[in-house]
Parts: sequence; structure tokens; C-alpha cells
Amino acid sequence: MSLVGDIIALVRGEAQADLVVPRSGQAAKLTVAVSGAMAFLAVFALALSLASGRLADRWSDALAQSSTIRLSAPAAELEAQTWTVLTVLEQTPGVDSARALSDDEQRALLEPWFGPDLPIGDLPVPRLIEVIETSDGYDADGLRQRLAAEAPGAVLDDHTRWRRPLVEAADRLRLLGWLALSLILASTAAMVTLAAQAALASNEQVIRVLRLVGARDSYIARAFVRRFTRRALSGAALGAGLGTIAIALLPRAAADGAFLTGLGFTGAGWLWPAAIPILAAVTAFWATRIAAFRTLKGLR
Amino acid sequence: MIDMQDVAYGYGAEPILSDLTLRLAPGSFHFLTGPSGAGKTTLLKLCYAELVPTGGHVSIFGENAAALDRDRIALTRQRIGVVHQDCEFLDHLTVRENIALPLMVAGRHGLGQEANLTELIAWVGLGARAEARPPELSGGERQRAALARAIIMDPDLILADEPTGNVDWEMSLRLLQLLTELNRMGKTVLIATHDLALIRAAKAQVQARVLRLAGGRLSAAGADL
Ligand SMILES: Nc1ncnc2c1ncn2[C@@H]1O[C@H](COP(=O)(O)OP(=O)(O)OP(=O)(O)O)[C@@H](O)[C@H]1O
Ligand SMILES: [Mg+2]
Repeated sequence: MSLVGDIIALVRGEAQADLVVPRSGQAAKLTVAVSGAMAFLAVFALALSLASGRLADRWSDALAQSSTIRLSAPAAELEAQTWTVLTVLEQTPGVDSARALSDDEQRALLEPWFGPDLPIGDLPVPRLIEVIETSDGYDADGLRQRLAAEAPGAVLDDHTRWRRPLVEAADRLRLLGWLALSLILASTAAMVTLAAQAALASNEQVIRVLRLVGARDSYIARAFVRRFTRRALSGAALGAGLGTIAIALLPRAAADGAFLTGLGFTGAGWLWPAAIPILAAVTAFWATRIAAFRTLKGLR
Repeated sequence: MIDMQDVAYGYGAEPILSDLTLRLAPGSFHFLTGPSGAGKTTLLKLCYAELVPTGGHVSIFGENAAALDRDRIALTRQRIGVVHQDCEFLDHLTVRENIALPLMVAGRHGLGQEANLTELIAWVGLGARAEARPPELSGGERQRAALARAIIMDPDLILADEPTGNVDWEMSLRLLQLLTELNRMGKTVLIATHDLALIRAAKAQVQARVLRLAGGRLSAAGADL
């Protein structure tokens, strides 16, 4: 099939056949410049997607951890209130499981401060109840109200819950990053299509001569396709390279990854920008091919 | 090679050619003459499927010209060497590359053709101009380059539209000699020309039929030719 021929010709690079289309032209420079700029932007969109993805993962891991209920009550009531709290929790939708920490576990938690020999039974140490929530989460305000009514000594400490909207925001940001990438890709395709059409139109005389000497449309199209694919590839390689360097040079102050300084690639993620020029080349290949065959069909 | 039956052609409502019948047998040598504007170039364009007849039937190498798609037209043209009257070239290529262009587009460039190419360029007297660009050529040099380009593919059929219009008599004879030589090797040749002296010179070398196109019709030329 001629598509296979096109791809082989592209890879083999028949320099001779490339000659038949004049080298110069606005459309050519435009393609290199715009592919470069688009690739530069694409690197940032990619970095944004990957970074917000990491952020969302990290924060939702934290969310999956338990929240705790601190129960302070006179020793006589402690046991009864513990049962009340556990019963309430059992009835609360969104709570996966709940259990009171044993004395040993509580001692282990306090050990760093008070040493190993703490007589925990004699001290008014609050009882800790660990709450594991389902992925949907529970209604914290509702739970708080019930606890206040039924076990006044219980305090719900859901320190990780404030992150939930942030995780949603990070997820949304990741989505926006991919959307930006698709828009960049679509704009590149549109630009290459226009540039290819302009090149074909300004080379009408060349096309006529080529046809007179027996060139098939696939040959003529191929010459243009190779040109534009190479230009998009080189422009995008340059743009993606510069974008990657710019990302690498971002200061990374906080090791734990405050959001902005976390905007970068990690590990094998550094290979991602290399996909951008390839994507640009594939886009240019198809955009030019479709534009060329359509234009050639219209030229009598 | 070419078979025209009752062919009519008009660019607008007015027909340029009508009821035209022509057969170019393999190995034949024809001249086509007639007043300027009679339709000689138009007739040649019908022969290489640049134009489709508005009436009648044109067959090229046994195929109905009207039914050829783009790809078939291209392949057909690879078998026909045409010297166009206006000699269009690709101005960004050298003369040498332009002459090799039919080989390039047919994917046959570089297949041991370099020596042939050099020899052919020397033969048409363009050895010194091979690396020039077409806009730098004189009218006669362009025609010689066009002839070289037309025959580089070793075509079965050669259609030449005023191939000697801009060259001196000596060069005209040389080009004619090249064409008669090719005819002797079995190629079919059709030359459109105003140059009656050239026709007379040719008749001494080959068996040539002279056709006269006037008023949209073809007739055999008078005995003086
Ligand atoms: N593209 C065109 N559109 C409209 N009319 C055309 C076109 N090409 C040629 N003609 C007209 O058709 C007629 C025949 O033109 P053609 O070029 O075939 O003549 P010719 O015999 O080759 O003339 P010459 O000897 O001057 O080259 C002329 O009257 C010309 O004006
Ligand atoms: Mg003419």
C-alpha cells in the first residue's frame, strides 16, 4: 500500500526525491517555529499533568488513612462512652471500620514522650478510637453532632479531610493538563494543514510540471509529506528540548514537594518529553498527507 | 500507439477540432503543420491525456483516454516523451536535474543512468550548461533541454511541439537527426512545426507523413512537402 511506501520513504529519506519541491518558503519556517513553540508548551502541559497526578495520588493515599476520635471521660464512664462511640460509628454510613486502641498501642504512641514505663491505666489519658473510612468518606459534621449528643467527651479529629477538595482540584488539574495537550496537538495539526495547503498552492506550477513528466499524485504528496514531517519533527525536538531544560532548571526548594517545586519529571518520567516530537511528526505526517491528497485532487 | 476517432475539442462553445481521425502506427514518423492557432498544441495535448476530447474517442496505447484515472495518466506519460511548446521546467533544479526529472519521478533515477544522462546532455549541446538553472538558459537551450528531458526515459512515443522554434538551422538539423535516429530505433515520432525547410530535410532521412491541420480538420499536406 502507498501508506507503507510513504512511511518507508520517510524513514529511508530519499534525498533525491525531496529535491522536487522547492526548499524555501514561509510555510516551511512557520512549521518549524510553530512546532517548536507548541512542543515547548506541550512539555509544560505534560509536566503539569504528571505533577498534579502525583500530587493527587499522594494526597489520596493520606486520605485513605484513618481519622481518630479522642475520648476524654471520667474513668468510670470511659468504657460505656467507648461503646457508645463505637456503636455510633457502626451506624454511620461511610465508616468502614472502627476500633479502640488497646492500652499497649496507646503506650507505644506515648512512649516517645514519657518513656516505656508509663502506668497508663492510672492517668487520665484519653482513649483513642481509630476510624477507617470507605472511599466515599463520611459526613464529618453529622458525626460530630451525634457524638456531641451521645458521647460528649468524644472529639473527632479528621485532620486529613481538608485535603479532599485539594485532591479533587489536583485531579481536575491533571485533566486540564491532558486537555491542554490535546488542544496543542489539534492546533499543531491545523497549523500544519494550513501550511501544507499554502505550500501546495504556491507550488502549483511545480506540481503541473511534475505531472507532465509522469509523476503520480502519491509521489508529489510524498515529497510534501516528507518535508513537513521532518520540519515538524525538528521544530518539536528543539521546542521539547528547551522545555525540558527549562523544567529541569526550575528550583526545587521543598523536598516533600510543595506544589510548584514539584512541577517536574521524576525518574523515567524524563523520557516523556521525548514522545512530544514523535507525536508532532505523526501529526504532521497525517495532516500533510490528507491536505496534499485533497489539494491534488482539486488541481486539474 | 495513438488512435483518434471522430475527435472534437473546444475550449469554449466554439470547437477547435472536429471530426478528426488520426492513427499513429508504431514506428511511424509524422509531421503536423498548419497555421498558428489551428490547434496543433491542442491535438498533442489530447495525445498525452492533458485534455479529454469533448467528442469522439482517443485511445492511447490501446486504452481509452477518457477512462484513465490520475495514476494511469501518470504511468502513460512515463511512456510518452513530450517536448512542450512552452518548455516548463522546475526553476529550483539544475538543467541536469530537470532532464533527469522523469527518471526521478518514475523511481528510476540512479539505476546506472548517470552515464546516459551525461551523454545525452552533451548530445544536445548543453554540457557546459548542465549545472545552470533553467531561467538562465536561452530559448534554444531550453528547447534542447526539453528534448533531452523528453527522451531520457527511452519512451515509445515522442511528441514534439515546435522543438526547433528557437534554434539555428544547424542545431535544428542536429535535433532532427536525433529524432530520426530514435525513429529508426523503432520509436514513434510526431513533430508539430511551422518549419517547412525542416520537413523537407527530414523527408530525405525518413519516411515521414505530413499532416496539415486547418479549420479544425486534418488533411495530407500538398505534394510540395
Ligand atoms: N487554455 C485555452 N483556453 C482557451 N483557448 C485556448 C486555450 N489554449 C488554446 N486556446 C485557443 O485554441 C486555439 C488553438 O490553440 P493551439 O495552441 O492548439 O494552436 P497551435 O496550432 O498550437 O498554434 P501555434 O502554432 O501558434 O502554437 C487558439 O485559437 C487558442 O487561442
Ligand atoms: Mg502550439
